[in-house]
Amino acid sequence: MSDILSNIGFLQEGPFAVARWEAVFASIDTLWQGLLITLLVASLGLALALALGIILGVMSASHWRLSRAFARGYVEFFQNTPLLIQIFMLYNAIPLIWPGLFIPVIVIGILGVGMYHGAYIAEVIRAGIQSIGRGQLEASVSQGMTYIQAMRYIIIPQAMKIVLPPMTNQAVNLIKNTSVIAIIAGGDLMYAGDSFAGRYGHYGPTYVLVGLGYFLLCFPLAMLARRLEEQSRVA
Amino acid sequence: MNGPVIEMLSDPIFYRALGLGLLLTLQISVFSIVLSSVFGIILGAMRYTGAPVISQIAGTYIEIVRNLPALLLILVSYFVLGLPAVWAATIGLTIFTSAIIAEIIRGGLNSVPEGQWEAARSQGFSFLQSMRYIVLPPSIVKMIPPIVSQFVTVIKDSSLALAIGAYELMFKGTILAATYWKPAQIITIYLVISLIYFTINFTISLVARSLQTKLSVGRGSIGD
Repeated sequence: MSDILSNIGFLQEGPFAVARWEAVFASIDTLWQGLLITLLVASLGLALALALGIILGVMSASHWRLSRAFARGYVEFFQNTPLLIQIFMLYNAIPLIWPGLFIPVIVIGILGVGMYHGAYIAEVIRAGIQSIGRGQLEASVSQGMTYIQAMRYIIIPQAMKIVLPPMTNQAVNLIKNTSVIAIIAGGDLMYAGDSFAGRYGHYGPTYVLVGLGYFLLCFPLAMLARRLEEQSRVA
Repeated sequence: MNGPVIEMLSDPIFYRALGLGLLLTLQISVFSIVLSSVFGIILGAMRYTGAPVISQIAGTYIEIVRNLPALLLILVSYFVLGLPAVWAATIGLTIFTSAIIAEIIRGGLNSVPEGQWEAARSQGFSFLQSMRYIVLPPSIVKMIPPIVSQFVTVIKDSSLALAIGAYELMFKGTILAATYWKPAQIITIYLVISLIYFTINFTISLVARSLQTKLSVGRGSIGD
């Protein structure tokens, strides 16, 4: 058996050699720690993105022109510039504007993906609210509800059904995009993998495991999104 | 505007650096967009047929790739496949974007109800005719917004090529910031780069929006 294995070239040398796999598994703790940071940045980033997205989404569906314009501007800026430059601005420019202000890289990651995906979630929310139709809002207000109450009890519960599938897709994208903080040494899964691979040259196995990590986080959510989508189509 | 910023803005190197960076950004983006449109259409069609093996191959590819970060695919193309930086970025983005486009195409085609197919076929339309006159027109209107926003994502994600040292706009800006390191200069560089990306992407989004309105108005109300 070992004779056969030792004759298989790619197990002996090259990017996927057995020795490389062994080396990577010996330091698997590094990747675990990276995965934890990725989870932390993704979950807090998602919380921020949801909060911003709901506020901006409601603002851009409102009848006040100023709040619509603000939300529009925010969404267009964040959707049309790379996440990387937004993160660079937080990382490099803020300490220049306020010297001595130190923001940990993880916080920059949370703010970065949170604000970026907040713009996308705002669009999802706006589309959801607008799909409900003005009549319902007018009916609620004519029943004595305030604008906030009408949103809270009438519009948002219905919009949730439409909004949930694309929102789940946004969560998937957000998790994947946390990998951008690897470029500013964010300590996340991608950074842990990349710096480990770079130190010893074990790129092949490391990237396979890093990929597996992201896949295991994203795939269930992507499946959930699809199921929600199919449900809302049937309903 | 203060002294250092004016000094930087009057240096031809500033424009040369960003100009060259922009050209490479556009090169990477355009190649990725074209290649991934081709592969995306092939994969999407493979998936749409539902034919046993063909559909499963495409499905597996799509499911794996769209759940991975684009940055990882770029790094794999560079370090594992050993491609030169610019091509590693192009191929990495193509691998990723093909999967997304395939999904959009499958979703668009599936949005046309089965009944319309059957009606077309029963009226004597061939497969190609039903596709051309019945299924494609409404699906394309549905596909345009997500496909265009994916193209915008490609342009934005081409900035990730910085990680492997391709001299695109973002990396050129970072290099420039080493020469013009004063706070006001660095901030100006970032703002200018943002503005460049914004102008390109916003224009694309506007064109897509008007195209979609035109198409859907021209065809009356479709399905929904």
